[in-house]
Amino acid sequence: MNWELIGIWAVTFWLVIGAIFTLVGAIGLLKFNDGMTRLHAPTKVGTVGIGSLLLASIIHSFVFGDGAVHEVLIMAFLFVTAPISANFIAKVNMHRRNCDGPPDLPEGELWATYDVPEGDEATEVPAQPDTR
Amino acid sequence: MNLALDVMNYAVMGAFIVVGLSQIMAMIRVVIGPDVGDRILALDTMVVNAIGLIVLLGLSQGTRIYFEASLIIAMLGFVSTVAYARFVLRGDIIE
Repeated sequence: MNWELIGIWAVTFWLVIGAIFTLVGAIGLLKFNDGMTRLHAPTKVGTVGIGSLLLASIIHSFVFGDGAVHEVLIMAFLFVTAPISANFIAKVNMHRRNCDGPPDLPEGELWATYDVPEGDEATEVPAQPDTR
Repeated sequence: MNLALDVMNYAVMGAFIVVGLSQIMAMIRVVIGPDVGDRILALDTMVVNAIGLIVLLGLSQGTRIYFEASLIIAMLGFVSTVAYARFVLRGDIIE
């Protein structure tokens, strides 16, 4: 049991983990029945699935080549941007009224996402008709 | 040693099949909608799966020349998701 053998088994392990999480995320995206619920599943693809595949690639390059940790860049970038895009998609769902709205606030306050600044009302998109 | 290499090659093949299957599932969600939020989400997932496929391609061929491609796809995928979401929200991308 030398280090190369351990590395090869580690590559196999992380490949299997990444493949399983990617498949689970895709099944969730396809089978869940509500817009906000569907938002939940593909985050697993973006973090654990791709993270495991990139880890497998890193270990593979260390076992069979010179070794490099370039993939950490992709991992860091995806981990930073995934919450932002999820936030934007949630805002799209909320503003197109695909889900239950947030609870009412006291004394006429507005939730920040619905709070249109003064003089900016013209750019607010009205509630679109149901085109599905 | 040979057993481990065989198992790893089978794992690479299986990962290719599974990630491709996930890509097809996300594509089905792009087609059936039902709303624009779901389509943006499915396109975002397709970008992430494409990164996974390119990483698997580089791993199976043992080269490192696909790294830049997957990095650029990661960046452009995020920008396109945000741009599409902003377009739906505001009717305009650069105000």
